[in-house]
Amino acid sequence: MKAYLTRRYWFSASHRLHSSAMSDQENQSVYGKCNNPHGHGHNYAVEITVAGQVDSATGMVCNLADLDAFVEENILERFGHQNLNMLPAFQGIVPTTENLCVRVYDILREGFHYAQVEKIRVEETMLNSFEYAGGREIRI
Amino acid sequence: MVYLTRKAEFSASHYYHNPEFTPEENQRIFGKCNNPNGHGHNYTLEVTVKGKVDDRSGFVVDLKQLKEIMNREVIDAMDHRFLNKEVADFKDRIPTTENLAISIWGRLKPKLNLAELHRVRVYETSDLFVDYYGEA
Repeated sequence: MKAYLTRRYWFSASHRLHSSAMSDQENQSVYGKCNNPHGHGHNYAVEITVAGQVDSATGMVCNLADLDAFVEENILERFGHQNLNMLPAFQGIVPTTENLCVRVYDILREGFHYAQVEKIRVEETMLNSFEYAGGREIRI
Repeated sequence: MVYLTRKAEFSASHYYHNPEFTPEENQRIFGKCNNPNGHGHNYTLEVTVKGKVDDRSGFVVDLKQLKEIMNREVIDAMDHRFLNKEVADFKDRIPTTENLAISIWGRLKPKLNLAELHRVRVYETSDLFVDYYGEA
């Protein structure tokens, strides 16, 4: 039987929204306060959904300890308390939460093989959140 | 088609153990959850049903009836219970959150003729939940 397991994590980071494809004036008009050259920060909540057959011997889609260890090493330690603009993962792309969501999905998809990576959901603040499922439609 | 979700809460204890594993394997795979004396959670159950909005009532489903079914089939059976020892579903199945969601689906599905069951979501804690859609 196929089930979907979602685990929620937190990390804090700073970023600045600025696109090299736009003039300074355009950047200011598109990104507003988020274009502040000194950056600003958020407490990001990341929800990772993995899917798979529930193993009859363990009752699990995958061992939570494996997921936690992978996310700790590859997401929380890499992004937590960092300036996202400075990280290799965001060279050449604007560290919007849309792009963060896609990056997190790609990292999980490439490196986590204990279950199928279904969806990533990132809350930038309590008021806005972003979801990405590799381009697939998202099921309620 | 409108989707309607009703929440309920229950508190229960459980532990993870497979008698076919050695004690070392049980400890390695299940860690702290292998403590045979059990530990507990405040579970939140979300049941989502879907259907057409009835012209006369404006409802997808009568929430009173859905609540009664959830209480009778799930909450009365599991609230303040040691899942491994007191709920028959887990006699031979480890009461992981995955298996809880599957078991709750199995309890609700045959009783729900009011609307179509769409999803069972079980939160073990606020940062861990499982969804089951009745898939094989």
